[in-house]
Amino acid sequence: MNRHVKDKLVFWLFLAPALISFLVVVIIPFFMGLFYSMTDWTAVAGLKANWVGLENYKAMFSSVAFKYSFMRTFLFTLLSVLSINFVALTFAFLVTREIRFKNFYRAGFFIPNLIGGLVLGYIWQFIFKSVVPAIGSLLGINFLEELLLLADPNLTLFGLILAFTWQYAGYIMMIYVAALLNVPQELLEASEIDGANFWQKLWNITVPMIAQAFTITSFLTLVNSFKQYDIIVALTSGGPTAIYQGQTVNSTELLAVHIYNVAFKYNNMAEGQARAIVFFLVLSVVSIGQVYYSKKREVEM
Amino acid sequence: MRNKKKITRILLTVITVTLFLVTLFPFFIVLINSAKSSLEIITDPIALPRQWSQLFSNIEEIWTSPSIRYASSVYTSSIITILSLIAISVFSAMAAWVLVRRKTKMSTFIFLLFISGLIIPFQVVMFPLVALFRTINQTVGLQMLRTYHGMIFAYVGFGAPLAVFMFHGFIKSIPLELEEAALIDGCSKTQIFFLIVMPILKPIFVTISILNAIWIWNDFLLPSLILGVGQDIQTIPLAIAAFAGSFVKKWDLIMTAVLMAAAPIIVGFILGQKHIIKGMVSGSIK
Repeated sequence: MNRHVKDKLVFWLFLAPALISFLVVVIIPFFMGLFYSMTDWTAVAGLKANWVGLENYKAMFSSVAFKYSFMRTFLFTLLSVLSINFVALTFAFLVTREIRFKNFYRAGFFIPNLIGGLVLGYIWQFIFKSVVPAIGSLLGINFLEELLLLADPNLTLFGLILAFTWQYAGYIMMIYVAALLNVPQELLEASEIDGANFWQKLWNITVPMIAQAFTITSFLTLVNSFKQYDIIVALTSGGPTAIYQGQTVNSTELLAVHIYNVAFKYNNMAEGQARAIVFFLVLSVVSIGQVYYSKKREVEM
Repeated sequence: MRNKKKITRILLTVITVTLFLVTLFPFFIVLINSAKSSLEIITDPIALPRQWSQLFSNIEEIWTSPSIRYASSVYTSSIITILSLIAISVFSAMAAWVLVRRKTKMSTFIFLLFISGLIIPFQVVMFPLVALFRTINQTVGLQMLRTYHGMIFAYVGFGAPLAVFMFHGFIKSIPLELEEAALIDGCSKTQIFFLIVMPILKPIFVTISILNAIWIWNDFLLPSLILGVGQDIQTIPLAIAAFAGSFVKKWDLIMTAVLMAAAPIIVGFILGQKHIIKGMVSGSIK
């Protein structure tokens, strides 16, 4: 065997395990999904899928439940991104200041991130259902005692955001901590001598210096909020119901849950697949747009 | 001036400690309620348990529960996590290495294909994936659904894009001279990779393994589709889902189950804290 052929053989042999599993698990299903979204596919063995063109997409755009889920997902994503980043940044500022045991606090803030969404959902379900009213009656606060967060369609979304923030802020904090530790201390001291106050230092030195971290954290929080599934399943399973445009809808059935439910609960695989394709397109556009915008801001700062 | 600094420090410490306690409050709730009977947990969910010994009888009940099968679930989760971690890391490093070292149009194309996998959300491929696994079974006779190898194969496929991307970036910075010298000394390509390149990649291995361990250990949706809830092979999240689904109101036992599900990974974190925090952050910055 000459060397050229041998090199080629090594190339494909080394590539094969990762490439084959990636193709079988992601790429082939992706194109199958594109095709299935334009058929009446049911996933029942033996039944052939018939071509229906854009019917599934038309059904989706006229579906009130989809429209509602779409809006709720955007609201959830926006509020989660704000809440997680605000909490994470606060944590990061605190644990990079001159206080004792800061590594200990850092680890504590991080620990909820180790808990999976499903387990975490059950913990918070118990807290909202039993613990919050109990605290209310202990302190004599009527409002807390009667607060049924998971039964009120206007409030449940905030319960989800709270649980998700609890889980994810510690991880995002780590990224901010790494960035904050890279801000040169001399710069801050020099500005202090020049008479800059806390807010001036924050806005004019720290924020521009950690702009790169903002790009990463906003990307991560945005994508992971948009795809949220596990916490919802365990905490609310999509409920409680609300009324939207004269129809009953599930107030926390966000897109990832909605796609799953359309396919399995309502037994409509092809329509679920069409919604998944749109989910993918929207997520791509939003996340690429966000990275592009943040990168531009980084340069300007 | 010094006094003012001191006051600021005390104030910051108070705020930090308060937030720290608030963050750990849910764990406290889980712990105290794991040691209560079903009646006690309803009457007073925020009081300390009357008898801590109740914790052991609750643990015993979860341990022997036929729907949660704790020991077997921990075993399954461990096997799947460890084998997937090794497979993802080694296979992705191998792929990334040849993709960097062989500069052809084909290798660029394959690299971009892996990158595209980073933006494809799981929801788009999950239904067809299950259908494809079923087809593989019907045509080739290889059972993929409800098996260990099917599950691990899926994790390699989903884990490869990020791992290949990270290894690719790192391998580019390794000087070629090292490998050329080994080649002159008579090493084969395989020897060069496993004896020279792999040891250099150690920091990336650590980062990727930590990120993937947290993901795979806690993953729910993918195993629920591949392994199924309430089937023979079940990971801890699947077991919890099956258990909590069948006993909606038994909060004392659900809390104990939650405690026992979270315990292994929290203990693991405390033991390897330093490496984990360093590894996760360096991974996300890249």
